[in-house]
Amino acid sequence: MKRILTIVLLACAVLAPLAAQTVRLRLATTTSTQDSGLLPILNPPFERMTGITVDVVAVGTGAAIKLGQNGDADVLLVHDRAAEDAFIAAGWGVNRRDVMHNDFIVVGPAEDPAKVAAAPSTVDAFARIAAAGATFVSRGDKSGTNTKELDIWAKAGGKPTGKWYKEVGQGMGQVLTMSLDLKAYTLADRGTWIAMQDKLPGMKILSQGDPFLFNPYGVIAVNPVKWPKTNYLAAMQYIAWITSAEGQKIIRDYKVGGEQLFTPDAVP
Amino acid sequence: MTGPFAQAITLLVTGDKEVWFITGTSLRFGLSSTLIACVPAIPLGVLIALKRFPLRRALLAVLNTLMALPTVVVGLLVYSLISRSGPLGSLGILFTPPAVVVGQAILALPIVLSMTASSLSRLDPLFPEVLTTLGAGRRQILWMSVREARGPVLAATLAAFGRVLGEVGAAMMLGGNIRWYTRTITTAIALETSKGEFVLGLALGIILMIVALGVNALGHLVVKHE
Repeated sequence: MKRILTIVLLACAVLAPLAAQTVRLRLATTTSTQDSGLLPILNPPFERMTGITVDVVAVGTGAAIKLGQNGDADVLLVHDRAAEDAFIAAGWGVNRRDVMHNDFIVVGPAEDPAKVAAAPSTVDAFARIAAAGATFVSRGDKSGTNTKELDIWAKAGGKPTGKWYKEVGQGMGQVLTMSLDLKAYTLADRGTWIAMQDKLPGMKILSQGDPFLFNPYGVIAVNPVKWPKTNYLAAMQYIAWITSAEGQKIIRDYKVGGEQLFTPDAVP
Repeated sequence: MTGPFAQAITLLVTGDKEVWFITGTSLRFGLSSTLIACVPAIPLGVLIALKRFPLRRALLAVLNTLMALPTVVVGLLVYSLISRSGPLGSLGILFTPPAVVVGQAILALPIVLSMTASSLSRLDPLFPEVLTTLGAGRRQILWMSVREARGPVLAATLAAFGRVLGEVGAAMMLGGNIRWYTRTITTAIALETSKGEFVLGLALGIILMIVALGVNALGHLVVKHE
């Protein structure tokens, strides 16, 4: 009896994962689009309309691009223009479209020990943090935000080496939480900041508005010539959806605590 | 009702669909991988326990070491195999449930194997001999030995189940934490923690422990009623 039961259980266990055969589209994206709560709002209407199930794998932009390069994703939604252009130039991706943008902000303890709030530019803000040796938490994960942060450091006198500079290799949400605990400064995307603001008491936006902090998101299909097994048609349907008037409206209307997180760019 | 414990209870009794789904996913992955691992591991464990062969102790030492295999290493190894750019890429199973089950089965295998072997080693060495004199064949000896040591074998299975149920490395790397698909309790906890939702994370942790307790209790009941 027990043996039969075991065999039945085993059969179920092995077969169960194979049973459901729906069309799946794998979207590799950044933690910011997921943690900000946008994708859980943006994807369901697409899924209802097309019958395609969108599997969201939320990693940093660097990792998302790597997934595309290895053929492990069908479509990318990322924010690192230089890396995106290199990805396309190398032939891994096709049909890039601008989707939306927001901006990066420098956040930190409200007491602002490095007097960042008085800085005229982001580069100057970073220079002040370095000069004061104030704790700074870096994503350190090759994400779009991390790339932008390193760009700023390069202009502010080079990548820091001091003990006050902490590379933690975590997603945006985790880094904000750590910054709160460490009373540290960090660079964040506005979307994740707004979505998490209520969990970050004592932290404030200290520098913003510099044109250098522009944060555009692009959508790219993985090149089906390189990876014939990727779901290219579904990827193109997704690109069409996210850049459609309807998709762009959902992006524009998405608010947390009354604040808009992203500004759509695809449809004027 | 804001504490983690209260929230865990609320999530369970109000039948939060997503919480039930990820709990079911964790359970499904854990049971599948453990059972798949048991198929080769229990008979092999018995063989190692009853047979005397060269390098037997070395093999046991290796198996014991493999019990400490880091979950992220297994994740990484399987990942590089099943990525489309890897040797088994044409299967296309990365970021699907079978990928997680494969990874977790690899984690469970040395635990069941090693613990089965060591528990059966403590069986009276005369036991197989007596069976032989009674005219039992090799397969019968194997089966009778497992029956005799069913308590420890169950303990081995449950220990393996406990490890895969609680691991996050392989589930995250191979499953991708995809909502309504490969999100398990542990990957959900990692996600909620990253979003700063500590109370929800803890509540999910409590649910994980309740599930583990349930499975353990069930396992012991089965053996007791044999």
